[in-house]
Amino acid sequence: MRGNSSLRQSHISTARRLSDDIIPRARKLLRLLALYAVLIALCGFVLLPVSWMLTAALKPDNVPFFSIPPQWFPTEHFEWRNFETALLDPVRPFLRFTLNTLIIFGGNVIGTIFSCTLVAYAFARLRFRGSGFLFNVLIITMLIPWQSQMIPQFLLFLELGWYGTYLPLIVPSFAGNAFFIFLIRQYMRTFPRDLDEAAKIDGCSYFGIFRFIILPLCRPVLAVVVVFMFLSSWGDLLGPLIYLNNTDQFTIAIGLANFATRYSPNTNLLMAANLVMMIPPILVFFFAQEQLIGGIASVGLKG
Amino acid sequence: MMERREERVAYLFLLPWLIGLVVFIIGPVIASLLISLTDWNLLTPPNWVGLKNYEKMFSDRDFYNSLRVTFRFVIMSLPIYTVVSLSLALLLNQRIRGMYFFRTVLFMPSVIAGTAVAVLWSILLNPDVGVVNQVLGSIGIAHPPRWLASRDWAIPAVILMGLWGVGGGVIIYLAGLQNIPPHLYEAATIDGANPRQKFRFVTLPMLTPSIFFQLITGLVAAFQVFDVAYVLAGRGGTRASALQFYLLNVYEEGFQNGRFGYASALSWVLVVIATIVILITFRTSERWVYYESEGDKA
Repeated sequence: MRGNSSLRQSHISTARRLSDDIIPRARKLLRLLALYAVLIALCGFVLLPVSWMLTAALKPDNVPFFSIPPQWFPTEHFEWRNFETALLDPVRPFLRFTLNTLIIFGGNVIGTIFSCTLVAYAFARLRFRGSGFLFNVLIITMLIPWQSQMIPQFLLFLELGWYGTYLPLIVPSFAGNAFFIFLIRQYMRTFPRDLDEAAKIDGCSYFGIFRFIILPLCRPVLAVVVVFMFLSSWGDLLGPLIYLNNTDQFTIAIGLANFATRYSPNTNLLMAANLVMMIPPILVFFFAQEQLIGGIASVGLKG
Repeated sequence: MMERREERVAYLFLLPWLIGLVVFIIGPVIASLLISLTDWNLLTPPNWVGLKNYEKMFSDRDFYNSLRVTFRFVIMSLPIYTVVSLSLALLLNQRIRGMYFFRTVLFMPSVIAGTAVAVLWSILLNPDVGVVNQVLGSIGIAHPPRWLASRDWAIPAVILMGLWGVGGGVIIYLAGLQNIPPHLYEAATIDGANPRQKFRFVTLPMLTPSIFFQLITGLVAAFQVFDVAYVLAGRGGTRASALQFYLLNVYEEGFQNGRFGYASALSWVLVVIATIVILITFRTSERWVYYESEGDKA
């Protein structure tokens, strides 16, 4: 008898333990499943348009770009020549546009690295009267909409005879960019002061300290700057639109915008050209994800 | 002596920026004010017309329309982007397997240029044969919106495109979330707070600086929408007026119609409006933005 009752009791307690255990666990599992479902749906929202675009870009000219139901993945048509056509088409040579964009980007890298590191060094590590005031001016210039300067800048460069060249798109970078100066300055402030002091005692000049001690330490933040610059040069539409008038000089953004707006374009070729524009930033994103996310995050936190 | 030298050197280092400040920013800002008082068209020498350009705006339908389009976009997009990117950040802050993959995918579109996003979505949102309306049709929506071909749905369509690339803002919120000291949550747990209360009284207040930062940068960006408008409104018709964003109108008046005086006046009006809106946002921020360590903001 006794044994039986104790057996029963242990049964009950096991059942209770199970229910105590199972219900929260089941709830946890359901929550996890719901979480994954939402995340997967969101990934679909991001990825399906891209794979639809690839499908459309691989269709030959005589196949309509749409179909019912929509084809999300390329299955029957693989017209890879569309990419060749988009890249080498004599009317809209996207390969040429890509190279042009890279030339402007290269000029901007040189200009920005040169000017922004110098200016950031002064703000981060030198003491001078008016530094607080000038730093506030720097912050304010970030908030001034570019349109207030757009027309006079255009007239200035027109007067200088720079219209129709890359100079208006490159030269201003040699005067620094407030956002990048801010980013580099924040980074330079994190180094210990003893670094400068020790070098100064050893007889190093300010420029020497900048060039041989501070600058080499800045490599990580400069990588972030270069990635940001690539994305902004690659995507810039208004600047090139204002200053360039010759198809041979066009950047990829103008090429694509013109292709999409001029007349009813072949959708397969338009999608191929669009992929040409999308893929390099995506590649840069995959290779520089850590730097990019770290860079954006640090701006948001310190802003 | 040392101090003096340091100061001289500092200004030498600042020189590129100081020159740029005068030549590319302060000079042009003043010049644009002067140009806005002329009828400069590049073909004939500019005439002084006083405030005529500003008076002309009152009877300019394009001006009113572009202002309406821009404000509609600002008012509709900012709350949506804020709520969506904040929720997405909370979602991506969960510690589960495969999160790195989800984050990578969801951040990816934020690096794609506006022009390319607009080109892709203009095809996807085609009202008759576009994929979006096919999907909506297949889940039983008989009359899906006509998106870019409709006066009412054009702006929501642009916002939808923006949501595709909302990851940039999410990164900022995510960094903000990860920066919240864990001891605050521990203290809240000891006080018996439930998850909702923890969000309301710990997470949200601690995120207000990030929300404020996003609001300001979002405002600055919303007043300067151009790429999307240029690509989508370029073909004229309903689209052109429904998506005539302010900067597009300035561009057309200046660089297509050659009215540089009038275009300068238009840009000045926007700068003033944007400044007022941003200042109001800064003012209200004192009431709702919480800085944990006031002394260490730089």
